[in-house]
Amino acid sequence: MLALLTRDLRLAFRAGGGFGLGLAFFLLVAVLVPLGVGPEGAVLARIAPGILWVGALLACLLSLDRLFALDVEDGSLDLLATAPMPLEVVVALKALAHWLVTGLPLTLAAPVLGLLLFLPEAGYPWLVAALALGTPALSVIGAFGAALTVGVKRGGLLLSLLVLPLYVPTLIFGAEAVKRGAAALDGTTPLVLMAGITLGAVALLPFAAAAAIRINLR
Amino acid sequence: MSIWEYANPKKFMQTSAVVLPFVAGLAGLCLLVGLVWGFFLTPDDYKQGSTVKIIYLHVPAAMMAINAWVMMLVTSLIWLVRRHHVSALAAKAAAPVGLTFTVIALVTGAIWGQPMWGTWWAWDPRLTSFLILTLFYLGYIALWAAIEDPDTAADLTAVLCLVGSVFALLSRYAVLFWNQGLHQGASLSMDKKENVADVFWLPLLVCIAGFVLLFVALVLVRTRTEIRARRLSALLARERLA
Amino acid sequence: MAEAVTLSVTGLAVARGGVPVLEGLSFALPSGKALILRGPNGAGKTTLLRTLAGLQLALAGSLSLAPESLTYAAHADGIKAVLTVSENLSFWAAVHGTQEVAAAMAAMNLTALADRRAAHLSAGQKRRLGLARLLVTGRPVWLLDEPTVSLDAASVTLFAGVLRGHLAAGGSAVIATHIDLGLPEAAVLDLTPFKARAPQDGGAKGAFDEAFS
Repeated sequence: MLALLTRDLRLAFRAGGGFGLGLAFFLLVAVLVPLGVGPEGAVLARIAPGILWVGALLACLLSLDRLFALDVEDGSLDLLATAPMPLEVVVALKALAHWLVTGLPLTLAAPVLGLLLFLPEAGYPWLVAALALGTPALSVIGAFGAALTVGVKRGGLLLSLLVLPLYVPTLIFGAEAVKRGAAALDGTTPLVLMAGITLGAVALLPFAAAAAIRINLR
Repeated sequence: MSIWEYANPKKFMQTSAVVLPFVAGLAGLCLLVGLVWGFFLTPDDYKQGSTVKIIYLHVPAAMMAINAWVMMLVTSLIWLVRRHHVSALAAKAAAPVGLTFTVIALVTGAIWGQPMWGTWWAWDPRLTSFLILTLFYLGYIALWAAIEDPDTAADLTAVLCLVGSVFALLSRYAVLFWNQGLHQGASLSMDKKENVADVFWLPLLVCIAGFVLLFVALVLVRTRTEIRARRLSALLARERLA
Repeated sequence: MAEAVTLSVTGLAVARGGVPVLEGLSFALPSGKALILRGPNGAGKTTLLRTLAGLQLALAGSLSLAPESLTYAAHADGIKAVLTVSENLSFWAAVHGTQEVAAAMAAMNLTALADRRAAHLSAGQKRRLGLARLLVTGRPVWLLDEPTVSLDAASVTLFAGVLRGHLAAGGSAVIATHIDLGLPEAAVLDLTPFKARAPQDGGAKGAFDEAFS
């Protein structure tokens, strides 16, 4: 089982794997927003939690369409489907690899970008906690969307259309937790609700995604 | 004689051909009576004036927008469990109708909101939920359109509908958590005290019946079209094979 | 276990894109034997192999096979271009829980290329890598779809030798191929007589035809 994870990580880090693209995109969002909104600290501080969350969400979305498409192209997914590893596990491991390559670096980089957006000091722990607990859901939900669209040529846009509405609850609770934290309030309630969504998604969506892949392989 | 007999396309086509004119006619009648009654024969509200009368379009459309999704959920489940093609095609047929009702609810809401709240749009939980519902409809329709093989498309959209329903419900509560809104409470409820006054209530019921019948009629027509299209492609495929 | 049946099929009908292509197919494959599928392009060889592999559902008939006993090799080899030859094979070996990477590379004459990235292999070398994957799976039933595409004569002979070794060790194989593999002992199954008839001529109806015509 570890073999699939290490292979996916190795593929991401080798040339053309796309590691760091999401991170660079996240940085770009944090730079472009002040350029568009204006340099006023008070305004930026107010919108920083939302911008950081929307940026993280879009950065996650960027690499999703390759999640299964490359494995379908070279036949790996056919072979994995006949391998002793259940397809549900394959999906879960690939989502985990996606999180390690995008969600985790985004979480770690977010405080630096918070600095650029004048996020109030009290918000930092909440930002890191919310992204750490929320980005796994983004990867798993994204894996489900990628599984649905794996048979569609140039399915990237369709994938965004399917996945973004599913991201709504995570976005709302995640950004709310950071917003409350930044205002020196207690953000535990939204944080816990978001963690609940993450747990539910991680537990159930691999089954839906594996079903979608089986349908697409037929 | 079980109800599943009607899931056979042939049987469905025969039955729906008989039922359709009645449903469509009744829908037209209910809408005509309800809307005329509501628009011209009810008094103006003492606070809201005549703008309140948009309720006869707004409330039924909003109800059917949600009911259409529920119907798609049920038919998707039936397709996944019992593999009746008609069921999948009915879900496909209902989606654009549901989307249209959602858009009607949003537009009439904006027209109502402008004089009442002084704004066309507010990020109120109900309004936001409906906007998100629109996105779910769009995604569902786009997935049907994107996949060539009809059975694969039916399977995948059914799975999307199941997962999407859970997330739509989650979004609804997330949005409530996110912003308490301007929108008045439900216009209809089991609690008599919360209901709108009787003079508005009866024509509203007729309008709701009209919208339900209209939905059924439109879905029947569209399902029949889908079945004919599938039949046509089957015949063409056979022609190519022979 | 010389005559144990590894894979048997009765009255199988398969469909491509919802249209039946083969029907009434029955055969049994004892261990140690290979079955070569013949038929013109479009006869349904790939569809049959995918159905046998469980990647798609049969329209009718039954298929019996020991669980987790087969492996499938198709036009796409499941090779990652940025991984080296040995990394590619080690991955599949790990997935199947075996450790026969070195032996597989030696058998398919890949040892010298072990540290080369798959992107830098020729088409024939890539194909040999794809076939070496069969060996590291340790599975007894091989389903091969045109295994010799882009192989040179020497490599075909090499592969025929590997295949013979696999059969001698109690394995079996179903092979769709147009060329002579040099396996005179293999049974040949011509798919032409099993072409699905149109429903009006008594052919099996798909679930779809049942419902819509």
